[in-house]
Amino acid sequence: MAESGTIDTSTVDTSTVDTSTGTTAQNGTRGVSRYVLRVIAVGYLFFLLVLPVALIVWRTFGDGLGPFVEALTSSSALHAFQVTLVVALWAVALNTVFGVGAALLLVRHDFPGKRLLGAFVDLPMAVSPVVVGLALILLYGRFSPVGGLLESWGLQIIFSTPGMVLATVFVALPLVVRSVVPVLEELGDEQEQAAHTLGASRFQTFLRITLPGIRSALAYGVVLCLARSLGEYGAVAVVSGRLVDQTQTLTLFVEERFQNFDQPAAFAAATALALLAVVTLLLTRLLRPKD
Amino acid sequence: MSVETPSRTAPPPRAGARRRRRVSGGTALGLGSAVLYLSLIVLIPLALVVVRSTDEGLGYFWKAVTTPDAWAALTLTIGASAVVALVNLVLGTLIAWVLVRDRFPGKAIVDTLIDLPFALPTIVAGLVLLALYGPESPLGVNLAYSRAGVGLALLFVTLPFVVRTVQPVLIELDKDMEQAAASLGASPFQTFRRIILPNLVPAMLSGTALAFTRAISEFGSTVLISGNLPFRTQVAAVNIFSQIEGDNTTGAAAISTVLLVVALVALLALDLLQRWGSRRG
Repeated sequence: MAESGTIDTSTVDTSTVDTSTGTTAQNGTRGVSRYVLRVIAVGYLFFLLVLPVALIVWRTFGDGLGPFVEALTSSSALHAFQVTLVVALWAVALNTVFGVGAALLLVRHDFPGKRLLGAFVDLPMAVSPVVVGLALILLYGRFSPVGGLLESWGLQIIFSTPGMVLATVFVALPLVVRSVVPVLEELGDEQEQAAHTLGASRFQTFLRITLPGIRSALAYGVVLCLARSLGEYGAVAVVSGRLVDQTQTLTLFVEERFQNFDQPAAFAAATALALLAVVTLLLTRLLRPKD
Repeated sequence: MSVETPSRTAPPPRAGARRRRRVSGGTALGLGSAVLYLSLIVLIPLALVVVRSTDEGLGYFWKAVTTPDAWAALTLTIGASAVVALVNLVLGTLIAWVLVRDRFPGKAIVDTLIDLPFALPTIVAGLVLLALYGPESPLGVNLAYSRAGVGLALLFVTLPFVVRTVQPVLIELDKDMEQAAASLGASPFQTFRRIILPNLVPAMLSGTALAFTRAISEFGSTVLISGNLPFRTQVAAVNIFSQIEGDNTTGAAAISTVLLVVALVALLALDLLQRWGSRRG
């Protein structure tokens, strides 16, 4: 890599050009400043990210795999896993369908208020998770007209799974849309038009032309959305009522165990979530659209 | 050849016309579903927060926002977020610089790590920070239940914003000007200040605005490390949470509205910055 890039080096790297022309004293300070910057950057990341996460992993596995497995196979932990999975899968499914539809709408169609729709799609990023929870309670809570009506039909939203799905959908809403939009823009619609002229139905065109084109961007968005859904804490904490063994997700389990001085269980669940995060990172690394 | 040419030129307009006809029906249906989905999950609930905050009059709104503990939480949140955003402005740019211009073994890993705060659940972020910088710190640094601890949690969750907005601009940056400046005798510092920095400023400020918006709304990572001491370490989101738990939804809605407005102002500033940046670029 370094050898094949020798020609590159002289054009890409300004400092290398400097080295050959500048005085030795200047080279010295340049080398030192580069080294200093590198140490600051890597040191900051090490103490802020790497060391804290590594410490938790080390504490979790310090006494071997046994306690880790034991802590995660307690009935509460298993239930939390199950709740997390159900909520996340619903949220990802809904946001994927919405995300692809909204992206197609924003890129392929023209209508008044398009900019506004784009802004609304991005809005959830600016809202605190707690405010998300409060907002959903105000609309779907038992004492609101809508929530009361739904409850009279036997559908409880708040303090139950549907509310947690809504909260998760809210916080993860922009991820699929924003992953798919740039790729759709780049693809253009010539192939879609060609398919259409050749008599393909709109559904066929989508399935055979559009979907393969956005496949990796969609996968990228879905992975991001899944990670966000599995890890959501604040919004779910508000709307779930945090009922142990009922509406407790894995992130709520971490907090509840920690507050109850059950560190091994809290650390084990946190490590499990951190491992999921690392898998997500690697997946997104593979899927990230290259430009 | 001459026969083929017209048939080749003919389809595009026809396809275009057909597409337009297809679009109007499809657009209406798609737009309707999208707006309905957004309304039921995002827009109506958020509107209700704003409505609820002024339910009992503007006087009550003002009173709810200026109760000592709510006011302390709001000022702490906005102050800490501003400081954190500034730290990100400097260190985020520095990290982006090192990732683009420097070369060292393991750089790809460091680059991947930048996104860790996006992937890691916030409650886990708070827990890992508390393990290293809490009462049982192996380093002997105890920031638990202090404002520094709140700042640390916010630094963790906002790390990627400035790095990831500055990095692509730095990669695209044309090196001809830098080389020209250097060959004309400019010192590395002069080159940075006069050539590189002006090109990076829009991206740096965009990233900072995003980090600020994220920081003021942060909840999960601050819950454990801050200890939620009113007047000292309680951030606005936690204050809202405790008001919801205490069934004071009007008060919670008032503080939520303030947070929403501050975030929207920051994002509006960001939008203006981006337009300014693209006009320059």
